[in-house]
Amino acid sequence: MLEIKNLAVSYGAINALHGISLSVKAGSIVTLIGSNGAGKSTTLRAISGLVKPQSGEILYAGQNLAGLPAHQIVRLGLSQVPEGRMVFANLTVHENLMMGAYLQHDKAVIRRELELVFHTFPRLKEREQQIAGTLSGGEQQMLAIGRALMSRPKFLMLDEPSLGIAPLLVKTIFEKIVEINRTHGITILLVEQNANLALEISQFGYVLETGKIILSDHSAALRQNPQVKSAYLGG
Amino acid sequence: MTEVFQQLINGLALGAIYGLIALGYTMVYGVLRFINFAHGDVFMLGAFAGYYFAPLVNRFLPAQSYFGGALVLVLAMVVCALIGMLIEFLAYRPLRNRPKLTVLITAIGVSLFIEYTCQHAAVFGAAPRKFPDLIPATTWHIGGLVIASSQVIVLVTTLILLIALRFIVQKTKVGTAMRAVSFNEQAAVLMGVNINRIISFTFGLGSALAAAGGILYAMNYSSIEPLMGVQTGLKAFVAAVVGGIGNLPGAALGGLILGIVETFAGGIPGLSNYRDGIAFAILILILLFRPSGLLGKPQVEKV
Repeated sequence: MLEIKNLAVSYGAINALHGISLSVKAGSIVTLIGSNGAGKSTTLRAISGLVKPQSGEILYAGQNLAGLPAHQIVRLGLSQVPEGRMVFANLTVHENLMMGAYLQHDKAVIRRELELVFHTFPRLKEREQQIAGTLSGGEQQMLAIGRALMSRPKFLMLDEPSLGIAPLLVKTIFEKIVEINRTHGITILLVEQNANLALEISQFGYVLETGKIILSDHSAALRQNPQVKSAYLGG
Repeated sequence: MTEVFQQLINGLALGAIYGLIALGYTMVYGVLRFINFAHGDVFMLGAFAGYYFAPLVNRFLPAQSYFGGALVLVLAMVVCALIGMLIEFLAYRPLRNRPKLTVLITAIGVSLFIEYTCQHAAVFGAAPRKFPDLIPATTWHIGGLVIASSQVIVLVTTLILLIALRFIVQKTKVGTAMRAVSFNEQAAVLMGVNINRIISFTFGLGSALAAAGGILYAMNYSSIEPLMGVQTGLKAFVAAVVGGIGNLPGAALGGLILGIVETFAGGIPGLSNYRDGIAFAILILILLFRPSGLLGKPQVEKV
């Protein structure tokens, strides 16, 4: 579904990605793990069109996304839940979700999508008229995911969904990610520092280190890999 | 006491105009985080648009009629909305990813360019012109108060425009997108928002309000000239800062306060020449105690 070939991105003189290649099969959950500054977020930002790649290709359903403006990439069915959630704290929960459906003009479709999001995250329905800035971290993460789902993506990117969230809620969020993948049939590319959880729910994983992919394998195999174990799984 | 009420009415009318202009500064700041110093000149262009539209409208609508006046107002707003969008497209958009200071200097350049081009004899010329009477000139005497029809029109028009603006910003899709962009541009892009289109719309909206301010100002002070936007624009900018830059109700409130303070200061015998000085001194005092403005929230530096 998504195929990245030799993607290189630099911020000024700093090279963030040195030509990485990866592929994500339709219907799967693929994870990208690595430490801080490895280039995980940059990869997602490049796919979403927030940064322009220096070179390389990002093929989505056969089309090269590299160089397309960000708002057109959303139109193609790719959606991103950015790091730090980035909910619109000044808008209500309802307005945040409506922003997610910004490109959708059919009111009936929006209503149906809203029902689905509320079905997945009942908490958001309770808080519908509340200002998003007053939600807890976990609720904001649910909102950020719900907002991304409102655009009816076929391909969903999640950037550190466990960051800054109470451990109890992290489990819930990850269960929801699996549910979204299974019941909505949405392909997921998951970026995580919590490698344990990420490898548990994904089928395939890539390990990124200072802008290069150093390992790639089935998630189950990566969890047994001594190198991954010592560096990312805490022994 | 009558004197106080009279000054209050005069101050409200002037303040409403400042408020209308201040809204444009604050909206543009909201989405772009920069001060569009050419905004005061759009206010001036609005007054001149009214000046030229009035005789055209009077060909099929009677002069000095409320309908005719309203049509002139709407036409001037439309023209200035287009001018505002054009300014953004030509001058600011090419500098989108440059340092804010570059854009700020450009804005000053745009302002000077408009002012001095308009002073050229082939454009408007530098001499002041008499603004035509758009509406029936009536004055009402209530108690000891003297209220001009143009003052009532200022307040009524401003109220209608504020309600319309509130509706656009709070209830429509494009308004929600404006608030989203203002809070987090990158997140808005990820929703599929075309930022350029929202910025363009914001300039159009702010410029239309400035044009309305220009017409209302010209109706009350009856003389217009190409540099009329300099001081008024500066005051409206101050009003936006006092109200809390980026905050819409704040801009309206700041405008009203500035208008009232200025009018009262002008009414003190022997001090009327220091009117602006007194008004600005009070505003500086307000900012000393509330640096982020009356309704503004302190900016938290995120890391």
